[in-house]
Amino acid sequence: MRAPDSPTEQPLLELDNLRVNFHTATGIVRAVRGLSFTLGRERLGIVGESGSGKSMTGRAILDLIPHPGEVQADKLVYRGQNLLTMDKGSRRKLRGRHISMVMQDPKFSLNPVKTVGEQIAEAYRVHHKASSREAKERSLTMLEAVQIREPARVYDLYPHEVSGGMGQRVMIAMMLIAEPDILIADEPTSALDVTVQLQVLKILDDLVTSRGMGLIFISHDLHLVQSFCDRVIVMYGGKAMETLPAAELADESARAHRHPYTLGLLDCLPDLDHRKDKLATLKRDPAWLA
Amino acid sequence: MNTNPAIIVEKLNVSFGDSHVVKDLSFSVASGESYGIVGESGSGKSTVLRVLAGLNREWGGDVTILGSKQPKVRDKAFYRAVQMVFQDPYGSLHPKKTVDDTLAEPLAIHGIEDAEARIERAMKDVGLPNSFRFRFPHQLSGGQRQRVAIARALVLEPRILLLDEPTSALDVSIQAEVLNLLQALRKERNLTYILVSHDLAVVAHMCERLLVMQFGRGVEEMTAETLAARSPQTAYAQQLLVASEGFRRQTA
Repeated sequence: MRAPDSPTEQPLLELDNLRVNFHTATGIVRAVRGLSFTLGRERLGIVGESGSGKSMTGRAILDLIPHPGEVQADKLVYRGQNLLTMDKGSRRKLRGRHISMVMQDPKFSLNPVKTVGEQIAEAYRVHHKASSREAKERSLTMLEAVQIREPARVYDLYPHEVSGGMGQRVMIAMMLIAEPDILIADEPTSALDVTVQLQVLKILDDLVTSRGMGLIFISHDLHLVQSFCDRVIVMYGGKAMETLPAAELADESARAHRHPYTLGLLDCLPDLDHRKDKLATLKRDPAWLA
Repeated sequence: MNTNPAIIVEKLNVSFGDSHVVKDLSFSVASGESYGIVGESGSGKSTVLRVLAGLNREWGGDVTILGSKQPKVRDKAFYRAVQMVFQDPYGSLHPKKTVDDTLAEPLAIHGIEDAEARIERAMKDVGLPNSFRFRFPHQLSGGQRQRVAIARALVLEPRILLLDEPTSALDVSIQAEVLNLLQALRKERNLTYILVSHDLAVVAHMCERLLVMQFGRGVEEMTAETLAARSPQTAYAQQLLVASEGFRRQTA
């Protein structure tokens, strides 16, 4: 499968003590409170409930935190380049070209008045000097790469003419055409049916394997993350509760080592194999956030 | 159990213009039973629920609910017996009405006298403190909103609840609370449920029997045990089951 990371290889992304604060009229809302991780050429899952800060983490890496948010960190380094001291213009050049993000819902993230093909070609021409014909050719290849059967036909469709699964593939094509090193996928399959979901995951998986991309996969779906990712960060209230190999999530014998929050999340899912009269509910401990 | 069916659907057909979205669908649900309908988007599962609830007035076939054949337009008595809970608690509550207004409205429509006592009871049943009655939806969390939506359905003391993806907009921990609440209410009041969901594990947890739909047709009806034993008969049901177990990397 994947070539294991050699220990000497520089990580794609290093993050130390990331904090995202929103200064609001009623006080400071701390969305992310001191998150640290490094990303190699791997599939890193971030799971958590709504409000756990998982999406904000992805946005902070891309410098996409809206006003009045502020990002602080002790270290935020992309392949040796310090992102904290970098000016807005350079961050912008990095964004989309080297680090890019797939959003949750294609219905709201594609431009409704441009054909999907034009949008993909535009993404390419923003980052590369290319003629429009060359950009179109690249876009068609990309549409094919995300397994769209008739790329030439789909190129001329508007977003409202494509299905949810196809829209999501178009977004992935758009994000990948610049060949980024890091792809942040924020709930890329939550709006999709299970069978389509698996096709989209397969595409992402192939890209990590074949291109050596680093993938940050943000999701609320524990089953999915467990089966898809290499490593998982479990977030709660803006903090990482624990980081663990994804395979250990399902490992019953490793339960004793798990964080109570992780166990709580696992236990409150209905399970086909173990039918219970009553589902366990999650008990939150304020000490987790201390 | 099937001696006294609460809901009988026979040869139900629904078309919107040229698209035929429900095709010759038949099933029956016993009184006190919980029946699941699963399928992917566009399979027609929500449309079936909307027909049963009287929200969709263009359909063909026979629908018998609590022993009486249903006309296209339902009367008031029907809505006292059958209530629906919608998917999105952010969209299904009036943003400018307090919880109290929301719960009082169905009672006013049906001219029920003891509104105060009924609202208090409904709030208690769904586990919300009485002080929440004077909050607006934006002052509630997603789980609390869905509890209000359930309370609104319960306030008329219906016998049948139609549940359209009641937990798919909620976090898993909140989902567990809402599912537990629905289970407890059903036991306590001997309610009949039809639960529409795309989540097989949720349906297996909540329902005794379920129907798999694809392209508007009922593909297979099975018991929750069959599902848990992973032995559905049809290829499509098998495929759904495999897909719901998460991602599998081909070791090729």
